[in-house]
Amino acid sequence: MTKRPRAWRWCVLPLIVAAQAGCTRQADATDPQVITIEARRFAYSPAVIRLKKDQPVVLELISKDGLHGFNAPELGLRSDVIMDGPSRLTFTPRKTGRFIFHCDIFCGSGHDQMAGEIVVVDD
Amino acid sequence: MKLSRRDFLKISSIGGLVFSTGLSGARAFAHAGGDDEFYFVQLSDSHWGFKNLKFNGDPEGTLPKAIATVNSLARKPDFVMFTGDLTHTTDDPEERRRRMRQFKSLTDKLEVPQVRYLPGEHDAALDAGAAYKEFFGDTHYAFSHKGVNFIALDNVSDPRARLGATQLGWLEERLAELDRDQPLVVFAHRPLFALRPDWDWSTADGDQAIALLKKHPKITVFYGHIHQEHHHQTGHIAHHSAKSLIFPLAPPDTQGKKFKVGWDPQHPYAGLGLRKVGLTEKQAVVEIDELGVKV
Repeated sequence: MTKRPRAWRWCVLPLIVAAQAGCTRQADATDPQVITIEARRFAYSPAVIRLKKDQPVVLELISKDGLHGFNAPELGLRSDVIMDGPSRLTFTPRKTGRFIFHCDIFCGSGHDQMAGEIVVVDD
Repeated sequence: MKLSRRDFLKISSIGGLVFSTGLSGARAFAHAGGDDEFYFVQLSDSHWGFKNLKFNGDPEGTLPKAIATVNSLARKPDFVMFTGDLTHTTDDPEERRRRMRQFKSLTDKLEVPQVRYLPGEHDAALDAGAAYKEFFGDTHYAFSHKGVNFIALDNVSDPRARLGATQLGWLEERLAELDRDQPLVVFAHRPLFALRPDWDWSTADGDQAIALLKKHPKITVFYGHIHQEHHHQTGHIAHHSAKSLIFPLAPPDTQGKKFKVGWDPQHPYAGLGLRKVGLTEKQAVVEIDELGVKV
């Protein structure tokens, strides 16, 4: 009597794992693309973000050396970028083009050049 | 509404404002000499301490030359107004103070009755204006001169480029005290309107300031920050930015990222300069004259 449940578990466990994996793959297909952007004085990495129109995306922003900002005014995106992050911005680009983002919290002598670009293309 | 200089001339000529480009003060003000008229000089963005020769081949000589240009003016201005970024920023508090001390020793040589200052973000954003206040006093203030009211605003000590609720409240109180028949001139470092937000050429809560200021019929704003002459109108409020004394920046209609304009040895000091602003008690700003740096 005690061996039957164990045998049952060994048969069912692979099915559960497979089902979970299937769910994960399905989620990958519909969940937003996640892009991590690191900010440090006085640059973003990556500095150019390529996105597809109408494809949802999550920008994960994290600072490596103190407080920065992330501001893409033409896309209506803005967040502080902190070391204890990440801060997340979820959005779906609805128009193609090149959109500048910049640090909007003064951070030192190279602050004026701390910027990047979001490039949105047709799917 | 963005205005070309020609467009601005068309508009400003309605109010009798004369706009000109002089040569190191050689040109006399068309309106100069009236009983109630006076003028001030606007200097801006000297970034003392900036030493990249790619963008300025004479980084320690440009400000002294600008001061000599002012001192050479046949008719002295009533005051000089410096609209921010007196010094280039540094992480070192002692170096920041050293630059401010040097800057002050230079501007002390201006042969004018009074020199007034405003901070830029390079002066004040890393320490909330602490060092700036030691050398130059309050970061925002108001004064009157010969029937014209002046208000200097600080949109840089907060590194997020905000005036803030406290200063906006102060502004509202000051404005309430003023006679609206008297001209009002406002100084700031950053543009109060959103000139180019993706280049950081804006003030986060500037629209709140403009909402307060627009109640005054005779108002003009002078600012710096963008390192070039630029003219813009929000309603009846004219906004004029000044040239820098260290390097020009790209025009605001440029595609892509902001960039510094390189130093041209064939045309040194090109794009740099200062301006004279003529005013009267009755008409407010009546003349703006752009001057180059006298070599």
